[in-house]
Amino acid sequence: MVNYIWVFMTVIGIIFAALNGTMAEVNEAVFRGAKEAVTLCIGLVSILVFWLGIMKIAEEAGLLEKLAGLFRPFVKGLFPEVPAGHPAMGYILSNMMANLFGLGNAATPLGIKAMEELKKLNGGKNSASRSMITFLAINTSSITLIPTTVIAIRMTYDSKSPTEIVGPTLVATFFSAIAAILIDRYFHYRRSRKG
Amino acid sequence: MEIISAFSLWFIPVLIGFILIYSILKKVPAYETFVEGGKEGIRMAVSIIPFLVGMMVAISVFRASGALDFIMDFLKPVLEKAGIPVEVAPLAIIRPISGTAALGMTSDLIAKHGPDSFIGILASTIQGSTDTTFYVLTVYFGAVGIKKMGDAIKVGLLADIAGFAAAIIIVKMMFAS
Repeated sequence: MVNYIWVFMTVIGIIFAALNGTMAEVNEAVFRGAKEAVTLCIGLVSILVFWLGIMKIAEEAGLLEKLAGLFRPFVKGLFPEVPAGHPAMGYILSNMMANLFGLGNAATPLGIKAMEELKKLNGGKNSASRSMITFLAINTSSITLIPTTVIAIRMTYDSKSPTEIVGPTLVATFFSAIAAILIDRYFHYRRSRKG
Repeated sequence: MEIISAFSLWFIPVLIGFILIYSILKKVPAYETFVEGGKEGIRMAVSIIPFLVGMMVAISVFRASGALDFIMDFLKPVLEKAGIPVEVAPLAIIRPISGTAALGMTSDLIAKHGPDSFIGILASTIQGSTDTTFYVLTVYFGAVGIKKMGDAIKVGLLADIAGFAAAIIIVKMMFAS
């Protein structure tokens, strides 16, 4: 999919430029785009180094585990098919905590582990179980405390207040998480009524 | 609304302070751990350079050619009726499909409109509050060999739409003049 989108945008852009007489702009855009991307990544270094450093401290101090414990009762209610004390719940919680703190790289392997456990619970079938769909829905609504990358972009472009978006992002992500859970429940209800 | 703004200002410093105090109480070697974790940040930032260069060139070309404006002019009447700012529509479309393309699009919007403009803040909020649904779906289900995804795609995409709506509403309430 990404391959098609990437080729589509570039090729359509070039064809459109040929018809529209904007080839000079496109020619310039190639090099400007590349330069901006690198500038942006360099800007990202500062925030990523600092934030991942702080997060490592939180992890080593056992703060993420502690928080996972606090969330456990709520999350348990969302996964009624997962028995108490099953390792799947541990992985689901760790994955959520890693996402919450913007540790995308750490979150992915934990998420895959959680899926493996959920597949075992589902008798190893190759179809998605109810818990898997719930887990996915929560994951895609991306509950993030601090959107580090976005803050870095805003800094790169000289924002007067790069962190101004932290509050609105949290509110938006909170509502989208609730919506994800409700939508998931609705689809489950529809499936179970069909039989 | 002032509460959310104050929260934005206080949250990060307070969180950092809390983590550091907690680490001292737990006798974690804070500074050494920080440095160790930070190394991962350099690796991450460098490793996304090729992805972002590819995507930002494609987006720049698409925009500079006039193709993006051409399509947006078509969609404008419908979007305006729905209260969606036309500028962020491409971002909303691409967000669930490709994370780097969305990141490129967000930077492009911030560069063009300014980080503190309404569009800049809205793009930032959308980028931060939603995730690449198709990526999560492919990676998580692909890794454990789930072939029948059931309602997962529908649920994920509907949740994304809810996220965009939430972002647009909250940013309009806080920043629209």
